[in-house]
Amino acid sequence: MTLKSYTGGLLAAMLIFAQGAYADKWSDQFPHIKNTGDIPGACSYEATSKKDYSGRTLTISTHAVPVMGEPTALHAEQFSKLTGATVDVVHSPAGDLYSKAMVPFQAGQAPYDIVFGFSNFIRDWMQYLAPVPDKYVNMPQMQDVTKAHQGVASWDGQMYQFPVDGDRHYLKYRKDVIDNPEYQKKYKADTGRTLKVPTTWKEYGEIAAYFNGWDWDNDGELEYGSAEVMKKDDLMYAAFFSRSASYSKNPRTPGGFYFDLETMEPLINNPGFVEALGDWVEATKYVPPGGINFGLGDEINSFGGGQTLFSFSWDDAFVAAMEDGSPIKNKVGAAPLPGAEKVWNREDGSWDIGHNQAPYIVWGWAVGVAGKSKNQEMAFDYLCFFANGANHRADIAIGRFGVNPFKKSDFDPQIYIDHQGWDPLIAKSYAATIVGMEEFNTNRVFPLRVPGIFQFTSAVAVGTSKALAGQLSSQEALDEVAAEWNKILDRVGRDVVKEAYAVGVKLEDNIN
Amino acid sequence: MNFRHKFAFLLPGLVVLIGILIFPIGFMIRLSLSSWDTFYPGLDFIGIDNYIRLFTDDSRFWESFFRLSFLSITTVSLQYIIGFSLALMVWRDIIFKRFFRVLFLIPMMTTPVIMTVIWRTFFHESLGPVNDVLSIFGVAPPWLTNEHLAKVTIIIVEVWQWTPFMFLLLLAGLLSLPKEPFLAASVDGAGPIRKFIYVTFPLMAPISIGAIIIRLIEASKIMDTVYVLTSGGPGTSTETSSYYIFVKGLREFQFGYSAALSFTYLIIMIISLTIISKFLVKLLIKK
Repeated sequence: MTLKSYTGGLLAAMLIFAQGAYADKWSDQFPHIKNTGDIPGACSYEATSKKDYSGRTLTISTHAVPVMGEPTALHAEQFSKLTGATVDVVHSPAGDLYSKAMVPFQAGQAPYDIVFGFSNFIRDWMQYLAPVPDKYVNMPQMQDVTKAHQGVASWDGQMYQFPVDGDRHYLKYRKDVIDNPEYQKKYKADTGRTLKVPTTWKEYGEIAAYFNGWDWDNDGELEYGSAEVMKKDDLMYAAFFSRSASYSKNPRTPGGFYFDLETMEPLINNPGFVEALGDWVEATKYVPPGGINFGLGDEINSFGGGQTLFSFSWDDAFVAAMEDGSPIKNKVGAAPLPGAEKVWNREDGSWDIGHNQAPYIVWGWAVGVAGKSKNQEMAFDYLCFFANGANHRADIAIGRFGVNPFKKSDFDPQIYIDHQGWDPLIAKSYAATIVGMEEFNTNRVFPLRVPGIFQFTSAVAVGTSKALAGQLSSQEALDEVAAEWNKILDRVGRDVVKEAYAVGVKLEDNIN
Repeated sequence: MNFRHKFAFLLPGLVVLIGILIFPIGFMIRLSLSSWDTFYPGLDFIGIDNYIRLFTDDSRFWESFFRLSFLSITTVSLQYIIGFSLALMVWRDIIFKRFFRVLFLIPMMTTPVIMTVIWRTFFHESLGPVNDVLSIFGVAPPWLTNEHLAKVTIIIVEVWQWTPFMFLLLLAGLLSLPKEPFLAASVDGAGPIRKFIYVTFPLMAPISIGAIIIRLIEASKIMDTVYVLTSGGPGTSTETSSYYIFVKGLREFQFGYSAALSFTYLIIMIISLTIISKFLVKLLIKK
């Protein structure tokens, strides 16, 4: 045995022993962490309890309960008990989070020490946020965060948002149907094709259409092909980018997914995006009745409630489906987003034939500390405590919290088997799906993070919803979006947008 | 009492008026001449650029305005007809008159956003009770996802919510009518229909005009119903002016441009409602 392996073994043993020792002490007081007890670290319960913020007040702007609002309030209460600080938590609807922070930011005020929002706010917010101090960036807890999510929380190498959540879009499917030998036989007989987890959007559409409008789980209710976020202005543009990634993110043509970074010409109406929108219009035929008015909540309830075969978006629908009490617990599977059998090559102006898949590391919850806050140290300590090992492990098990995996240690399927009662095969496929997107696939699409972001995404929502409603063809709709994007570029300034967009392109092109 | 004393007494009201009415409108006009957005916060001066953009390059605003006109006129007309009918019903001596008067007012007392969420659940096409019931008869209308039916759904919700307001005003009007004209009509042998056409309706005309104008002002701000039910969709088929201004201002954070939209919309509404009220006076009040 070498000295290195001996030391490693000793450290591991100490860690296990330490966890056991802390578990009793802290989980008695804080039942939220009863499954793991305290997990040692710079911001653990033990370490936080040694800080004294008595007589000081921390003010937090966060989302409404439960999504992100509930864990914010819970950890505020815990932090208050441990440090003596008074923590005021102000809840707002998602649509107000941006302005709630931005209006006082622009007025030079700091009514909130900590502001929660979405990771794609970073370009507009960062000038008003305090950079995350090196002390936190370099701590082991942060080193456990995946490189992709460190990138999402940072701007050109400087971290401004403290990682508390990780988001990506992936495919969720009914494992009990796709893996069912009878249905496999029936599908083969009826269509001549093999029933399997779809690896292209075309396959997704074919299977979804086949399983649309009949009672395939024998519960006396009709089931449908797919639940998707299609409601205008309700995050639908993210769903569209998920469907577009594989058709338009060509690893052979780096330099921009949304724009050509050289010229800043919008790519949103190129044949790749048009093909994806065509598929999406087709999807209106296999969503549940009213499906084109589904927001994220509807999608979660629809798939999580067993109404559809497929779904794709954030983790929430999957976690909801796998929670205790769900009618489809351990009947669902996770897989990467479907790909395409061709991808648009904008340099050649033609399709590159061959399978292409591009994960969408979508924006998610993010949080920063106001640059003008007089309580910055306490604020960062709170955030570090929020995301410490024990809290994080407990938070990701509760679907309604909206806290999803973003640490490398989250990719251990055993966590979900031991603590959440997941079927081992499902836990493995879930962990493999996420780790594949985060750590191995290099053809990723990141969210657009440029000045005027809401104008760009709003234009996509309007254009694509017109196509879904049949008001315009896919090409017409995206031509309209491209024209609107050009107007926005002119208003905001092409150079200004280009400079910001270049930072995101670096992430997509894997340039360190 | 000299001028100073009078001024001193007027001052508090004047300050409130300036504070809550004049200043916001003045600030809105100033804001509309700036390019204030999230990236360039501040009251710079860009002249009438926002207005040029609105009149030359924003068909979506004008489409939403015409859609709003249709929705407002339709909903207010229906509210007037139903509200008047209900008011006439409980104006008479009917059994449980008081109960019905309170019952008809309940929708107005509920919070519009919450009620719209409930209506959205009712009209949910795969999970809602409306289609559950209708499916017994073999129909399941796409209430929120068909561009024409989505407008009908908005009209239903608006009529349900605000007819009580119309009912309340018209009932108050009916209760304040003098009895003599009705007695005279009875002596002349007029039946209920003739009494309504020649006595009730003309006497109610001034109150009707007031009620219609008040409701038109309110209906021209349809926003929460659209926001909750359809988000302006499918496509842009239920977008109204106020929803569009909301999107530009508080979703896209184009504060300068949305101020220009708001001010233009205010002017259009003042002119339109003045014309409508003059037209209604001419139509309903005979000299």
